[in-house]
Amino acid sequence: MTGYLADIATLARKDLRLELRARDTLPAMLLFVLSTFVVFHFALPQGSGETAAQGLLWVALVFTALLGLTRSWAPEREGGVFDGLVLAPCDRSAIWLGKAAAVLVFLVAIEVVALPAFALFFEPLDGAAVAGVALANLGICAVGTLLAAMAAASRTRELILPLLFLPLAIPLVVGGVGSAISPEPGRYLLFLALYDAVFAIICWASFEYVVTE
Amino acid sequence: MIQARGLQKRYGSKRVLRGVDLDLPRGGFLVVSGPNGSGKTTLLRLCAGLALPSGGTLAIEPERGRIGYIGHESLLYRDLAALENLDLYGRLYRVPERRERIGVLLGRFGLWDARNERVSAFSRGMVQRLALCRAFLHDPDLLVLDEPFTALDAEGAELLDRELASLTGERTFLVATHDPHRLAPLASERLALA
Amino acid sequence: MSSRNSRVPALAALATVLVGASLALVFFVAPEDADQGISQKIFYFHVPIALTAYACFGWGALKALLYLWRKDERYDLESYVGIHLGTVFGSLTLLTGSIWAKASWGVWWTWSSNQLVLFLVLFLFYAAYFMLRFSVEEGPRRASLSAVYALFGVALVPVSFFAIRLASDFIHPTVFNREGPQMSGTMFATFCVAWAAITLLAYVLYRVELAGKRLDLSVRELREALA
Repeated sequence: MTGYLADIATLARKDLRLELRARDTLPAMLLFVLSTFVVFHFALPQGSGETAAQGLLWVALVFTALLGLTRSWAPEREGGVFDGLVLAPCDRSAIWLGKAAAVLVFLVAIEVVALPAFALFFEPLDGAAVAGVALANLGICAVGTLLAAMAAASRTRELILPLLFLPLAIPLVVGGVGSAISPEPGRYLLFLALYDAVFAIICWASFEYVVTE
Repeated sequence: MIQARGLQKRYGSKRVLRGVDLDLPRGGFLVVSGPNGSGKTTLLRLCAGLALPSGGTLAIEPERGRIGYIGHESLLYRDLAALENLDLYGRLYRVPERRERIGVLLGRFGLWDARNERVSAFSRGMVQRLALCRAFLHDPDLLVLDEPFTALDAEGAELLDRELASLTGERTFLVATHDPHRLAPLASERLALA
Repeated sequence: MSSRNSRVPALAALATVLVGASLALVFFVAPEDADQGISQKIFYFHVPIALTAYACFGWGALKALLYLWRKDERYDLESYVGIHLGTVFGSLTLLTGSIWAKASWGVWWTWSSNQLVLFLVLFLFYAAYFMLRFSVEEGPRRASLSAVYALFGVALVPVSFFAIRLASDFIHPTVFNREGPQMSGTMFATFCVAWAAITLLAYVLYRVELAGKRLDLSVRELREALA
């Protein structure tokens, strides 16, 4: 068990180190999300209502996450490192978990800036809304990382990831927006937790088949 | 160590391997030769455990962590330093006394001075040498090497020759090459793919 | 090989008869619904088509699971054909649902029908399945990816269903309310005949498409072997 966790830590650390060096993905995601907010301001006609902005927050988050996910396996693709990881004696699901953990760190780092920016530009976010974002992050990273690995095997890499990801992201958006605007956020938060549990298990069990031939 | 009967590999309707038989005993040195497109790379990938056969039987004795592999790609992170790459693999393979072992290998392949440089700054020959360090790092029982002399300069080739010679008999080798004559003195068996 | 498909023509004939019979029953025998009138008749086809689509997706997922377990390529093909048919029937569900919405409420689309929205999400999901499949080279990798994605689809159905329910609770409150029609005896009988007809039709189409794809594969293998 400790070996398993150590493998995940090793792999996640490697991704963080690579990003700190290259510094390309995080700044791009940050700029993207902030630009999207500004676009939203101009896209929302006057009197659209406060709640419209909450919905747009989720659009921004999903597409920003997609931006990061598209490049998440790029280091492994470049040197053919996928083979190297598959050959290693570590559990294949550890490869997925390590990468998902790193993507999660990136996403949270972005949100630390984006959520206050949103509160500044549009309207404040309460605890339930932030909890919704936190829970949805887990689902986005778990499912997104696996789908990104699938897309890496495809000819049309960057094109196909959004197509694979968006239908699966719809329940997350429902949960997230619901927890922000509903007077009973508990139900939506529970639903998000359910989504996370169900899909995390599926991803954990099926990653082996995504990377082996 | 490896035994294959009637090994087949298909990608869709394209047949790459059509019934290959292979026997590699422990301590053996099998040289696989053949023209381009004859399936050498596919055969080696199957024997390393990177792909599953479409037909026939394949028995590989060592488990996953005891196989070393050199392929056409380096299997190294370009933006990590040589030392960091080997450290990563060292951890994943649970190499005992990791730092010492990495130091020894880097020295043996003449890369100690470049240990903190990123792989993206390496020449092709240096990348191949580092890939060799990676393959030998965990002291595997079985080494599956796909054209390991590629891109090596005279010095690099000599280092590899020395390494292979020192391990022959103790470890098992499966090597694919364009140039079977080079390895003729070491080879205990041969397989030519059509 | 031909003996495996020998019953298919007979089943096809039976399916044709059943479809004809259900059409006759729907338009001539079943009584008109008091509220909705003739537009309600499409329900006899819309619901069985929807149920058949679910069944096809489930079948595709089952074969996908078998593929991952056994690594036998035949399961991959069966899974693909199942999902393909499911997508066809899913599109028909959207089409018939849209016609029903137009006939009932005068709009071609409504977000109020949870069923319809669910099918839209599933349609998008499985459309991506085909895009994925056609962008990966044939072989065990493509089969594995397709299988894993098909399993995701099966999990998505209940999760999306709940999501849409939750959304309609607060985010998009239902404007139109439709009760399932109360079915009299004749109506129920008609429904069952239609359901049986659609299911059999789906099965026949499945067998035909599967046989065609297998033949295509054999021809390509032969061509490869001769080359």
